Amino acid sequence: MNSLYVARNPRVAARSLDGEMMIMSGRDSTLFTLNKTATILWQAADGATPLEQIVQPKICTEFEIEPGEALRDAETLARDLASHGILQISEEPIVRGDSE
Amino acid sequence: MNGLLEQMTEKALARNIPLSVQLDLTYRCNERCVHCYLDHEDHGEMTTAEIKHLLDEMADAGVFILTLSGGEIFLRKDFFEILEYARLERQFCVKLKTNAIMIHERQAARIRDIGVESIQISIYSHRAEVHDAITLVPGSLQRSLDAARFLKSQGLRVIFANVLMVQNLQDYQGVRALAEKLGIECTLDPTITPMMDGDRSVLQLGVSHDELRQVFRDRGLVGDVEEFCTIAAPADEDALSALPCSAGHTTCYVSPYGEVFPCVQFPLPTGNVRNQRFLDIWRHSERMKEVRSIRLKDLTTCTSCSHVGSCSRCPGLAFMEGNMRGPSSQDCEKSLARTGIPSANMLAKKQAARDLVQIRLVPANSITQPSGAIA
Ligand code: SF4
Ligand code: SF4
Repeated sequence: MNSLYVARNPRVAARSLDGEMMIMSGRDSTLFTLNKTATILWQAADGATPLEQIVQPKICTEFEIEPGEALRDAETLARDLASHGILQISEEPIVRGDSE
Repeated sequence: MNGLLEQMTEKALARNIPLSVQLDLTYRCNERCVHCYLDHEDHGEMTTAEIKHLLDEMADAGVFILTLSGGEIFLRKDFFEILEYARLERQFCVKLKTNAIMIHERQAARIRDIGVESIQISIYSHRAEVHDAITLVPGSLQRSLDAARFLKSQGLRVIFANVLMVQNLQDYQGVRALAEKLGIECTLDPTITPMMDGDRSVLQLGVSHDELRQVFRDRGLVGDVEEFCTIAAPADEDALSALPCSAGHTTCYVSPYGEVFPCVQFPLPTGNVRNQRFLDIWRHSERMKEVRSIRLKDLTTCTSCSHVGSCSRCPGLAFMEGNMRGPSSQDCEKSLARTGIPSANMLAKKQAARDLVQIRLVPANSITQPSGAIA
């Protein structure tokens, strides 16, 4: 299976409010809040680190989940966040500056 | 307010976080609106570097919604540099307030690329002769509307902001109809703000009581007129423990000179980001704390007023009248126009006026006494 790369969409607004991430979609001004896993994913989504390298040290350790399951869940989550325009996903590293 | 934003605001309130800040980038302007409260001279605006530093401090303090306003923001040569920094480096949710006359297709496309939540444009009439007579710039309505179309065609959210005055009283429905045709939201505000130096003569531009009463009964504007104009139930203990508004609680205002105030309409200086950290002013300014300590039950005249639970009372306007715990006459006018019931403030003033001019009749036989007869 190819690696998946995730990057924060530069068109969204984001702020951590007491540990909870608030995100305003640039697409339709919808406000979201991210749960703990989604926040970790968001913060690590630099476009250069493959998803499994985010999941392994950051999500597996934090939540004590088996790596295969954690990666599958993270992929579903990443695709869900991408469908709302919050993350960008690609099978290639993502260079910052790309927009939706 | 949508549910999630309300939750976030509650959370910010509990943690003393300034969730939303208006930053005026300049007081300079290319229009000369007759009702404007600003001094348009540049008295030493913050530099690009100072503004970027402030944006860093505000992001670290938790500010999420950043309204960039003025003056006319596009008069700053570094406007796009500031906007890009706020959006792309510090991820603020940015709202713009502008007259838009400097926005052409190229600027609209650039705003779209950077991404903003909304662009609010001041539109006072759908008729050029009325709008331009308020802005004192010939051709300004056409230019603002062209800009609105450019922005709209980029898929951006545009809002027309209209201020109700004697000059444009007949035109607010026309502005709304035009907005609707263009797929644009529209707001209408009957409040005229006194000049920054305290001069209140500009308030003469406000509409009369009868006119406001009529506007408040326009179904197209207020929806359910009966509900809008109903007299609220007396405020209970809970209602009286409420905050007067968000100023100083989850919002504040920063001027082009770095001064921090509780709100753009609440000119109580609380510190300057040029010599203090933004967060220190927000958290530790004695004046900010004083504003923050006030609950409805602490208000002077208002607690005895039948409108206190439903009034739009602005503490900033009250402050400009001399007492941040006092009533705001402009809101008293609105409450009266809405419900037909005079406010406690109006009744008190009437009583005071009566006391002042009252001539007590004295018994005829006392006229010969040397002491004065006028009480
Ligand atoms: S009520 Fe007045 S002081 Fe409070 S937020 Fe509104 S404008 Fe500002
Ligand atoms: S109507 Fe006037 S006196 Fe009554 S609550 Fe409002 S501001 Fe206060």
